Amino acid sequence: MAAIPESQIKQTLGDSRLQLAIYSSTQRLMDHRAAAVAPERLPEYQDLRTRANALKRHTIENLDYYLEQFESNVVAHGGKVVYCRTGDEVADFVLGLAKERAARLIVKSKSMTTEEIHLNERLERHQLEAVETDLGEYILQLAHQRPYHIVAPALHMTRYDVADVFTENLGIAKEVVPENQTKIARATLREKFLQAHIGITGANFLVADSGAIVFVENEGNARLSHSAPKIHIAIAGIEKLIPRAQDLAVFLNLLARSATGQALSVYTSFVSGTRRAGEIDGPDEFYVVLLDNGRTKLLRDPEKRQSLYCIRCGACLNHCPVYRKIGGHNYPWVYSGPIGAIITPQFHGVAENGWLPFASSLCGACAEVCPVKIEIPRVLLKLRSEVTEARRAQGTGGWERLGFRAWAWLMTHPGAYLLFASLGSKFAGLMPKIGPLGKWASQREVPRLAPKSFHTLWEERKRR
Amino acid sequence: MARVSLFVTCIVDQIFPQVGIAMTDVLERLGFEIDFPPGQTCCGQPAFNSGYPEEARWVAGHFLDVFRDSEYIVVPSGSCTSMIAHHYEEIFEGDAKRLEEAQRMAPRVWEFSRFLLEVARVEDVGARFDGVVTYHDSCHALRELRIKDGPRRLLANVRGLELREMDMAEQCCGFGGTFSVKFPDISGAMARTKIESIRKTEAATVVSIDSSCLMQLQGAMQRAGLPIRTLHLAEVLASR
Repeated sequence: MAAIPESQIKQTLGDSRLQLAIYSSTQRLMDHRAAAVAPERLPEYQDLRTRANALKRHTIENLDYYLEQFESNVVAHGGKVVYCRTGDEVADFVLGLAKERAARLIVKSKSMTTEEIHLNERLERHQLEAVETDLGEYILQLAHQRPYHIVAPALHMTRYDVADVFTENLGIAKEVVPENQTKIARATLREKFLQAHIGITGANFLVADSGAIVFVENEGNARLSHSAPKIHIAIAGIEKLIPRAQDLAVFLNLLARSATGQALSVYTSFVSGTRRAGEIDGPDEFYVVLLDNGRTKLLRDPEKRQSLYCIRCGACLNHCPVYRKIGGHNYPWVYSGPIGAIITPQFHGVAENGWLPFASSLCGACAEVCPVKIEIPRVLLKLRSEVTEARRAQGTGGWERLGFRAWAWLMTHPGAYLLFASLGSKFAGLMPKIGPLGKWASQREVPRLAPKSFHTLWEERKRR
Repeated sequence: MARVSLFVTCIVDQIFPQVGIAMTDVLERLGFEIDFPPGQTCCGQPAFNSGYPEEARWVAGHFLDVFRDSEYIVVPSGSCTSMIAHHYEEIFEGDAKRLEEAQRMAPRVWEFSRFLLEVARVEDVGARFDGVVTYHDSCHALRELRIKDGPRRLLANVRGLELREMDMAEQCCGFGGTFSVKFPDISGAMARTKIESIRKTEAATVVSIDSSCLMQLQGAMQRAGLPIRTLHLAEVLASR
């Protein structure tokens, strides 16, 4: 059972500059989202959420059908679909293709799916250069860090942090103006786009009835990654499928609004197949890599499989009071915040990530803003009971279980409960502040038990 | 007048009994006959939220037995009300008899402020409370029971009271049951953020409909040396 990264969490909480960066960035995203989904701006918002949920449910429950439909439509447009069970299989495919085509340089646009399988590191090990072209991801690649947030990967960094990263890695004088920092990155990256043989993108949606992939972005780098190199590889989880192109009306209305508060992101690209005769740009070869990497395992549980509905908008992170305190890097996987807390144990083991479903006050702010209505608190509760079961099977957590057993016995025996409580009110002050009481006292004053319980006061009141 | 059964919750019973008394006073003044089933203990939420559904089922079963014959069950907590009205159905999924009992119980359980507004149909209970207060939206009341406006309407009718909204009224206080002792540092940091928002209103009192949030906020405000008190809505409505 992995331990809670307690000292790391303390460090994050004590870093006032980092706290301010997390808090102000998430607040800005929250405010923008709130304005974008306000009833005056989007009266059909709640209906869209309901429809998005129904569409995702339908797709996830008929995934086999839509996968086949998608594949045959991609092939009809001159593309190829590659099914991969693991990150290794994805890396093998990319490496094999790069070798065959004598490719040395890859440009990449932002993709959580490739972060999930550590694709860059795998490619680097084989002397294949893969350059991140999203500004935030580019900064993180230089700094050798993983994304802090699903949508805003460098959310934790101030412009002064970015200046330091650029100076250290690019050997340039300190530049703290964000516009100039962008120009520096652009100058470097333009060259890479022109030289690259292969472009790798993610995909926000895979449209079954047309075989198109859709990606949304604000910088134009995903569009360039698709169109500049000769070969385009899109890598996406199998859960990214939607049945029909017309369903995009639902999802595109929700995604950017929930993520950044934009009605639409700056670029929305619909890509299907290779460059056709008469077209001036587009790749000669087009591959869609469909990744499982544990997703089919999640399908087995009818209650928890809704975790696969996620469209990676990041709204649950921004609104989570726990994420807003501990940030992204204290979570064990690239997916952080509430969505990370429910998918990490399902992908990487409930026992191995036992602390994660408990790191929530169950406030429900995540579910309230989720555009596809994933019942995150409900899934957390299910996972909590699976964790205690796993602990029982491992022979650990005995004291806690015994405590809840004893508590449940007391609560079902009112006479014993009242006797215990009256003793408690007399002697509670003598209790040493250790265990849970010590944990409570580390942050706040301990409440006193009342000298007379309501039970007692009620009896007295009746006698009067 | 109808007969009302109180479920005071374990936390009010043992730590804040004055909240139960205040609730009784308000309801009696409105003419209700009050019943207090003495076998009552807890709704079972601590076990349910901690990953012990079996232990939660025992306690929930006990609750169903104790309140079997009650027509109206009034609870000074959004969280416990939601547990009974929403989550009992989940925990008794595999038990047809208990499930049916839980489903029959759900519409009879009322959070205190909602009972006043929707059953007793009063907005002005004749209370007087001099001072500036701010209202904390407790998460389960707000997001599971959709209680937002009701308690504010009741407060608006209290003579002498000024309600001053804080900028983070809907933000969690950080209590979260066992979360508060499993992750004390995060929970404490959440409380301090909330308190900062409370402090900015310059209100002398924080009011809520959940005593568990108030216990967290009170403990953290005392630790910070702030002279701000916490009161349950029932206590404000009972004062004259």
